[in-house]
Amino acid sequence: MAAVGQGAVVARINDALRRLPVWPLYPLAFLPAASWLWMAAEGRLGADPVKALEHEYGLLALQFLVAALAVTPLRELTRVSLVRFRRWMGLMGFWYALMHFAVWLVLDRQLDWPRVVEDLTRRPYVVIGFVALALLVPLAATSWNGAVRRMGATAWRRLHRLAYPATALAAIHFVWLVKAWPPEPLAYAVAVAALLGYRAARGLRRPAGRAATGGRA
Amino acid sequence: MLIRRPPAIPWSEVTPEAVYLDRRRLMGGAAALGLAALAPGGAAAAPLAAAPSRYSTEDPPTALDHITSYNNFYEFGMDKGDPKRNAGGLTTAPWSVRVDGLVGRPGVYSVDDAAPPERLEERVYRLRCVEGWSMVIPWIGVPLSTLLAAADPQPSARYVAFETLVRPEEMPGQRGLFQPLDWPYVEGLRLDEAMHPLTILAVGLYGETLPNQNGAPLRLVVPWKYGFKSIKSIVRVSLVAEQPPTTWNMQAPNEYGFYSNVNPAVSHPRWSQASERVVGGGLLAPRRETEMFNGYAEEVAGLYAGMDLGRHY
Repeated sequence: MAAVGQGAVVARINDALRRLPVWPLYPLAFLPAASWLWMAAEGRLGADPVKALEHEYGLLALQFLVAALAVTPLRELTRVSLVRFRRWMGLMGFWYALMHFAVWLVLDRQLDWPRVVEDLTRRPYVVIGFVALALLVPLAATSWNGAVRRMGATAWRRLHRLAYPATALAAIHFVWLVKAWPPEPLAYAVAVAALLGYRAARGLRRPAGRAATGGRA
Repeated sequence: MLIRRPPAIPWSEVTPEAVYLDRRRLMGGAAALGLAALAPGGAAAAPLAAAPSRYSTEDPPTALDHITSYNNFYEFGMDKGDPKRNAGGLTTAPWSVRVDGLVGRPGVYSVDDAAPPERLEERVYRLRCVEGWSMVIPWIGVPLSTLLAAADPQPSARYVAFETLVRPEEMPGQRGLFQPLDWPYVEGLRLDEAMHPLTILAVGLYGETLPNQNGAPLRLVVPWKYGFKSIKSIVRVSLVAEQPPTTWNMQAPNEYGFYSNVNPAVSHPRWSQASERVVGGGLLAPRRETEMFNGYAEEVAGLYAGMDLGRHY
């Protein structure tokens, strides 16, 4: 009985989610970016607004990427499906990563190119942050429906596995740039490790499962 | 050069002692009537009189609000806003500093013994954080040498070790699961660094006693070293023979050396130290090129003659 009851709840949740339109979430997700920029310009982001902006954008990027990575485990473990929102999550992760990079480049490093190049080649935490952003570029570029058709679903899905290393690098980037071991970056690192570990464990089990279910891709 | 050396203050500008004492008496009376009642534990700022110093920089001071709301004081939390939020409950009076080790006159000093009110000076110093930002802070304090001379170091004393208060019931960063550092926070200087006239024990800033989040009631300020060397809320000063352990050095020896002199040529292993963001400049303020010894090279470079500062970072 409990299973049936639970199934009914999940069905209701999924039904409600299906009726939610996705497109308004795009402008909605831009609001934090705009409000922080506004507050920073007005001097309401504290003593070091550049650092605050950089941090807020970077954190939000990581949060969106982690959320996107959580969609599949959530569906498989609870049957609650947020798949319709995953493109939005991924694109917003990319958008905030881009904003984070732009703040770093323009407001923090102030387009001091020799030092930008030095950071991008000699500071490992900067390098991996940049690599994470670079890995997201092809994903954002192929995020439209037509790209899936043109590439074919298999190739598209394989390409979009780049989200795994990108998110992992973003989490390491966060741990690597702080002093000591504060709990927040460690919590994100653990979450990303768990979400990727879940996939790895499932991948190991899959060969047997595939035979049993008739080889679904 | 950023260190100003104005001509000596003419005697015509010096406040007559009677007037000065009277002013202090008035302020003391006001404090006794009002502030003391409001502030058990002595958390409220009280005015401090201090003489100007030739060691002060001409750079414009950072806003008080920024100095008191952007702090690294992990005893009160790891976020820079935590100390302001959490330090209000720290009892700073009574307070005592134990002076011990290789000294002729060990003892327990009050804040007024360690930093006699009649000898207070205002020192407007640049502060450079190892994280790559900087401020300009009008400290009030006395040269540390005042206290050290009173304690009478023995010839075998070569270093000074400092220790911060451990009081978990008033310092939330010392409680709970995540404690980033081992307590007490400890720091150290070579004796000649400690005796240098630029090295001060600060008891105030911006004309008032130190806010708790800035290291009340008594802290070290060593302006040519990264900020974490300037240990806060000191309860112990020991003269020792060997180089003492220091907190950040124990946490990450390859990143934070014992000396930790500001040095744009020696990068932190993870980031460059060549330039700094000046706090308070807003979004578009240009970065500042970090200076050797934070601009105090003329005064302190001699302390390190012949040393390889890349190795002794």
